[in-house]
Amino acid sequence: MMEEGNIIKIAGPVIVADGMRGAQMHEMVRVGDDKLIGEIIELEGDTATIQVYEETAGLKPGEKIERTGGPLSVELGPGVMGSIFDGIQRPLEVIKELTGDYIARGVDVPSIDKEKKWTFEPIAKVGDKVTGGDILGQVQETSAVVQKIMVPPMIEGHIKSIVGKDQFTVEETIAVIETDDGDKEVAMLQKWPVRKGRPYAEKLDPDIPLITGQRAQDTFFCLAKGGAAAIPGPFGSGKTVTQQQLAKWADADIVVYIGCGERGNEMTEVLTEFPFLEDPRTGNPIMDRTVLIANTSNMPVAAREACVYTGITIAEYFRDQGYDVALMADSTSRWAEAMREISGRLEEMPGEEGYPAYLASRLAQFYERAGRVTTLGQDPKQASVTVVGAVSPPGGDMSEPVTQNTLRICKVFWALDASLADKRHFPSIDWLQSYSLYVDNITSWWQENASDEWRANRDQAMVLLQQESELEEIVQLVGPDALPDSQQVILETTRMLREDFLQQNAYDEVDTYCSPTKQAGMLKTILTFHENASAAVARGADVKDIAALPVKEEIARMKYIPEEEFEAKNKEMQEQVVTQCSEV
Amino acid sequence: MNADIKTREYTTVSEVSGPLMIVEGVEGVGYNEIVEIETPTGENRKGQVLEVNEDLAVVQVFEGTDDLNTLNTKSRFTGETAKIGVSDDMMGRIFNGTGQPIDGGPEIIPDKELDINGNPMNPASREFPAEFIQTGISTIDGMNTLVRGQKLPIFSGSGLPHNDLAAQIARQAKVVGTDDDFAVIFAAMGITHEEANFFMKDFERTGALERVTVFMNLADDPAIERILTPKMALTTAEYFAFEKNMHVLVILTDLSNYCEALREVSAARDEVPGRRGYPGYMYTDLAGIYERAGRIAGKEGSITQMPILVMPQDDITHPIPDLTGYITEGQIVLSRDIHRKGIYPPVDVLPSLSRLMSGGIGDDKTRDDHSGVSDQLYSAYAEGRNLRDLVAVVGEEALTERDQSFLKFADNFEDQFIRQAKDEDRTIQETLDLGWKLLTVLPKTELKRVKDEFIEKYYPE
Repeated sequence: MMEEGNIIKIAGPVIVADGMRGAQMHEMVRVGDDKLIGEIIELEGDTATIQVYEETAGLKPGEKIERTGGPLSVELGPGVMGSIFDGIQRPLEVIKELTGDYIARGVDVPSIDKEKKWTFEPIAKVGDKVTGGDILGQVQETSAVVQKIMVPPMIEGHIKSIVGKDQFTVEETIAVIETDDGDKEVAMLQKWPVRKGRPYAEKLDPDIPLITGQRAQDTFFCLAKGGAAAIPGPFGSGKTVTQQQLAKWADADIVVYIGCGERGNEMTEVLTEFPFLEDPRTGNPIMDRTVLIANTSNMPVAAREACVYTGITIAEYFRDQGYDVALMADSTSRWAEAMREISGRLEEMPGEEGYPAYLASRLAQFYERAGRVTTLGQDPKQASVTVVGAVSPPGGDMSEPVTQNTLRICKVFWALDASLADKRHFPSIDWLQSYSLYVDNITSWWQENASDEWRANRDQAMVLLQQESELEEIVQLVGPDALPDSQQVILETTRMLREDFLQQNAYDEVDTYCSPTKQAGMLKTILTFHENASAAVARGADVKDIAALPVKEEIARMKYIPEEEFEAKNKEMQEQVVTQCSEV
Repeated sequence: MNADIKTREYTTVSEVSGPLMIVEGVEGVGYNEIVEIETPTGENRKGQVLEVNEDLAVVQVFEGTDDLNTLNTKSRFTGETAKIGVSDDMMGRIFNGTGQPIDGGPEIIPDKELDINGNPMNPASREFPAEFIQTGISTIDGMNTLVRGQKLPIFSGSGLPHNDLAAQIARQAKVVGTDDDFAVIFAAMGITHEEANFFMKDFERTGALERVTVFMNLADDPAIERILTPKMALTTAEYFAFEKNMHVLVILTDLSNYCEALREVSAARDEVPGRRGYPGYMYTDLAGIYERAGRIAGKEGSITQMPILVMPQDDITHPIPDLTGYITEGQIVLSRDIHRKGIYPPVDVLPSLSRLMSGGIGDDKTRDDHSGVSDQLYSAYAEGRNLRDLVAVVGEEALTERDQSFLKFADNFEDQFIRQAKDEDRTIQETLDLGWKLLTVLPKTELKRVKDEFIEKYYPE
């Protein structure tokens, strides 16, 4: 019989209980007659403050608190992939079968199916010396994902026995490991406390880009595998579409998508759309490599606080198997607000804008769980967790604490801009404000894999865009005709860069994904235009004639050319640019 | 056992402050439970438990705390959270903000008692909204398409005709190709008698009243009562939509007043305030209202929400519109500038947005060129508006021919596309054709957002 306490105070999602001496910080508890799930967040003498992950209406002082003896943990093993969970890893599909279309309280469901049998193929052999992170065998979980079944961290010894290829549930013993403290039985299922990062051997420098197929991000403000990026933007600036595009097309093996305090319909959209989208690299349905965590805005606020941890722990588990994992959190502001709400209920002294003083350290701890690492085990693999966090600054004001504290940690900043969104310039990434500190790290990758002129072209394009913003100021004062011809050419080129390169249509079949080679090719064509047009103007050609060149229209439509036809057509286009400019 | 709980009555009010009272010496009181209060003068009021701390209960009194005292005010704890009795007969009736009939008709005999807070809809049970609703208003249908199950607020300013627009939408909204009418649930929070009358008269005039249910909390009704009003309305909407298979359009007006009431309670409780004094949990609270729109897989009905909120000082970054915009699936923004030009409805399309548009339009739903035309109108109008600033400085003659055409386009767009009469119900075909007609002002090469095939198919000769 577990020890019990009694509720003495209830205020929203926070309750206080006495008779809790001996309970641990962050221990998971069952609250009241409905056995709601809660977590201890403060201890003082005999009393414990508990945040409850479910609606607390109807709870009364005097109801019992049941301790579970362990921290809030996630269950890891085959059965995680392709599922949709709530913030504390309860599968929403199963809850739907149990309680109907609305989520009732106190539902007790296992996170992953304990009955289902998986075909386990052993890889390790009896007598093998193993340590934490070594691979015992594997399970083909979905078309896209083979789960490696690992020795849990902290276990070291020799394999005493291991099962043959057969069907097992996640809880059945598949191997026995003889260790210094006796024999340990290992099943496919692992539990891990969400607030503790899973161990790895060593952190590496991120020098491989995470290719997303999005031109503005990949070419100008690229993210590296194992890096962290922030997407702040006011509402309506396209954060969610940007996040979803990354979840769809990023070249990660596994995607964990956290809908933290966002709209229910957005999660439904992912659920209905992803099974029918093909991964451009493998041809498998994208859903087969995706784990969804949905804690929508109307679901209990404390579970919103937990959901980012649930998500990143799942991401780390796949990283440990040797995969490149991308995690999208939409939106970290809602997570921070959940912290603020709980902190307010605890009557803690508020920091900036009512957020708790520990906001910065919690954000840092979370983003630091991203990284490219070598995994544990005797045959270490290089794997990564990349984190992309959306930030929803109130009123679009980037000086607010969540944005500012996030920027201190993230090395990539994709600033979304409302005025671009108003013009339907999507993705509305502001090219003057955004930055990536990984450009130097990943230059060699791009030069080897896409084009050896990549870096020079990228930098030149950035300079042109910078010049445009200066020229625009002059145009605002004196009109475009007052500019010298050479500068008018710059404006022609940058308009092309903005409209024909940076703008990308997420809803167009072809344009939704753009490969690195196509990106490099498109950029090259635009810069070829710039070079030849500038030369023509220097010879004395009229800018108006340059502006009227028929090839411009073709350039405008090059984003819609399918990948396989692109190279040939692009070459033709570049030749036309040269001829047409020379004929002016 | 429930009978026992129902007799728990106390006269131990120890403190009355603002909308709150504190009762001591209570036992077995549940969080959020409803309290029936009898004032010393014998009047009955309702309250709700906001916090329980051992034997102290903090109660928020919906009808105001006037006349309460600490001597003989009786509070009876009902042991139940706030509920509303719902039935078919509610259609065509008028209730006050706490769900009591005020139209002189008979009491409602409930078919069911439902908790007004509801439970969150399981995201795995939702169906993605994708059925086009034709409102007959070009700026909405053509560029910010509304679909069944969407929550699309109107962001307005004081003195702008948001009520006319909402009434027009309620009148004209239909799903093309079906003859199902929308049932309308109208929840008024703190609006004036005049505004309420406007809606009632409009419903009456068009014969819509029999498919409208009204919840009315007016400006002179107790402010705290309006915290209940939208929840009452949405619980009723859920009953109609998901148990009676109806398509329900919920109009909530004005959410700003609701938020003021939240702030009042929060301040009375000495809570740590968030931005501009609004409570830190306002996002969660508003989400509890807006997220109740939607569709459920396998169910006929739907709830479409159209909340109206008046932005203080027309400021879209104010916490109320800001938090709303982060939850709702887009927004229709009304503009004072366009209103001043005498254009109705004064919808400013640039900051307006419908997030569910792409799923509700296209070949089999509206027309194949819809998305292209919409994008093209957006970018052309944005460019035209930009150029207006430039013209103010350098004069129109300094512009290139191309730029002049954009300028002309922006003027025509406002005058013909945005402007329409209060009873003008345009079909989506009319709206799109009008869009094409306006685009002919521009050089054909500038139509970069529309695919060539559509230019060939629809470009007016």
